[in-house]
Amino acid sequence: MTKMNMIAALNSALEHQLQRDENVVIFGEDVGYFGGVFRVTAKLQEKFGAHRVFDSPLAEGGIAAIAMGMGLNGLRPVAEIQFADYIFPAYDQIVNEIAKVRHRSGGEFTAPLTFRTPAGGGIKGGHHHSQSPEAQFTHTPGLKVVYCSNPYNAKGLLTSAIECNDPVIFFEPKRCYRGPFYGDPHNVPTWNGHPDGEVPEEYYSVPLEQARIVKEGSACTVIAWGAMVHVSEQAIKDSGIDCELIDLQTLVPWDRDTVVNSVKKTGRCVIVHEAPKTSGFGAEMSASIQERCFYNLEAPIIRVTGWDTPFPHTTEWDYLPSPARIAEAIKKTQEE
Amino acid sequence: MTERKTIATTPYTIGVAPFRPGDESSFGGTFAEKPGDLNRPDPAKCDSRDTVKHASGLIRVMDDDNKAKGDWDPGLDAESMIQGLEYMMRLRIFDDRMLKMQRTGKLSFYMQSFGEEAIAIAQTMALETQDWIFPSYRQPGAQFVRGRDMVSMICHCIGNTEDNVKGRQMPVHYTWKEGRFISISSPVGTQFSQAVGVAMASAYKGLDEVCISWLGDGTSAQGDYHYALNFASTFKPPVILNVVNNQWAISTHKNLATGGRTFAERGLAYDIPSLRVDGNDFLALYSVTKWARERAGAGLGPTHIEVYTYRAGGHSSSDDPSAYRPEKEFECWPGGDPVERLKLHLIETKIWDEKKHSALEKKIDDEVMTAYKEACEFGDLASGPYPPASTIFTEVYETVPWHVQEQREELGK
Repeated sequence: MTKMNMIAALNSALEHQLQRDENVVIFGEDVGYFGGVFRVTAKLQEKFGAHRVFDSPLAEGGIAAIAMGMGLNGLRPVAEIQFADYIFPAYDQIVNEIAKVRHRSGGEFTAPLTFRTPAGGGIKGGHHHSQSPEAQFTHTPGLKVVYCSNPYNAKGLLTSAIECNDPVIFFEPKRCYRGPFYGDPHNVPTWNGHPDGEVPEEYYSVPLEQARIVKEGSACTVIAWGAMVHVSEQAIKDSGIDCELIDLQTLVPWDRDTVVNSVKKTGRCVIVHEAPKTSGFGAEMSASIQERCFYNLEAPIIRVTGWDTPFPHTTEWDYLPSPARIAEAIKKTQEE
Repeated sequence: MTERKTIATTPYTIGVAPFRPGDESSFGGTFAEKPGDLNRPDPAKCDSRDTVKHASGLIRVMDDDNKAKGDWDPGLDAESMIQGLEYMMRLRIFDDRMLKMQRTGKLSFYMQSFGEEAIAIAQTMALETQDWIFPSYRQPGAQFVRGRDMVSMICHCIGNTEDNVKGRQMPVHYTWKEGRFISISSPVGTQFSQAVGVAMASAYKGLDEVCISWLGDGTSAQGDYHYALNFASTFKPPVILNVVNNQWAISTHKNLATGGRTFAERGLAYDIPSLRVDGNDFLALYSVTKWARERAGAGLGPTHIEVYTYRAGGHSSSDDPSAYRPEKEFECWPGGDPVERLKLHLIETKIWDEKKHSALEKKIDDEVMTAYKEACEFGDLASGPYPPASTIFTEVYETVPWHVQEQREELGK
């Protein structure tokens, strides 16, 4: 085991894939010589050559289309979209082309590719360096959607994403690149000393489509992904209530069994995400949970989310779900 | 035009930056292109075929001996030139102050115009006050030309209670309707095709207005750049479309991101008159923009301009260019320093001297400091006060809908 932050863990996953599969190529804006603005691809060009790890022109639509073309012809591209907020020029290629090509070609053609993209708030990024647009992709059949939360699952999930024969949108919570984030901007620890910062040097994978029970509990099920896993952990501590915390990890297809079994046990459920509430993935989960757990539920399912507004700059701590807001929701589920 | 460097041994062509850390940068001293090389076609008669040489060459006015020469010398009066110099100096001092304050946490982020001060300033000075400015993040200087109060600009950057963007956007994302300076957005290039729409609206209304916009060499890979050129070519509205080729898109040198010839030459394929100009030559920038304004004013439509320059600073306060390019590269850039060049021209023409220059520098320094202190009285990012949290919920729609109102009440602020 080695201490790694999320950046080093992702880098390690990419390095193993480049070594194991000569069809893996990595490209995107600033990922080559410089190693990415967040340094996730650092030194990979040096180690594997400029035709396997290269800087692309600044055009997300082009990046997506080139990745699809490579995928159609047998490569396994891993493209970086520098910020998830900048994925939208690629949206047509992803939604209309990449997601549908297997189906539209009667299974003859596929595009086994991975888009890695830093997402989420907490870095004073304002409207366009903070969004968490997972729901824009969970609503598109044909895509798998993954959201890692710590160095250990970042490496393992990215490995599975790259090896997956379906296209995967892989969200990385940038607020957690260098440490878990518990909702207090004035006290930001590093991954050093955190159990999930102990990451094997060697190859391993964490399966897609499986949620992770972070902490078992009996009074309420709290479901989160990305940075909100850690904020929820803090909220559970603050609430003093014995909650079960589930890190969803894969959003599509999500691990319904783990979630349903937990809610059947606790009878209560809070879903936390930083994206806006309306049509957020929490809405999908809430509907599915009540379909299966209606007679087990002791209280309404509560969503704690970002507001239905653009993501703000100076007031971002009033936008992001805070431990206080989540704890209040947990307590509310306990009322008779 | 220098040859593009590539790696010969890869299965497809991979471009290479001319110099990387550890190399000694050299661009051959001065430009091979000289003022007077290129004629100034009649703007009211010119079509794209008359600009073939202008798109591959380089329009210059201030020669290596600091004298203004050739057809493109705009013959600017002393007062305007000194005014231009003052705006550029103010922008540099302003940037310097803001970058220092960013390092102390008074603002979250900053982007300077270092090395590119002449661009928005000379180009805005060549326009009429009714013309629309549709900037990217490295044209804040246009606001000085239009008379924006520095206190108001700083209040935006430090995200305080007087920020007219209400703390919603990152610093440097200015908006200023009074100065016809349209709101800046982070996604790069989106403004370029929108600018064509702004110009079409002016034409629709029959108004004598032009819209000017800029994007970078890196951003010219985006679809929006190509949409802009094609729509501009098709509808011929009064728009001036500038590609600021400053060599670097964060760490990506233009050699890695385009296999083409000059950026200006792309415009010819769209049948848009296209010019390539030394972006560190204040007089040349002023002149080509005046020319484009005359064309647009005469109903002849768009002009495409490649502004050839060098990004002397980091991409932003989050960037460390020493990781990907030699630290002293700007010092040997053939275009030199735009502020220094205009200063030397003014000294050469005997309307300026070192003493006046230092006095002006001191005056601006004081003005920036005073403005900064005044702005900080309304709060800063480090210590507040901030715009109220209620600003999250307002102006999402014209009126606040029930579901957003409920969320505002839930926050309770």
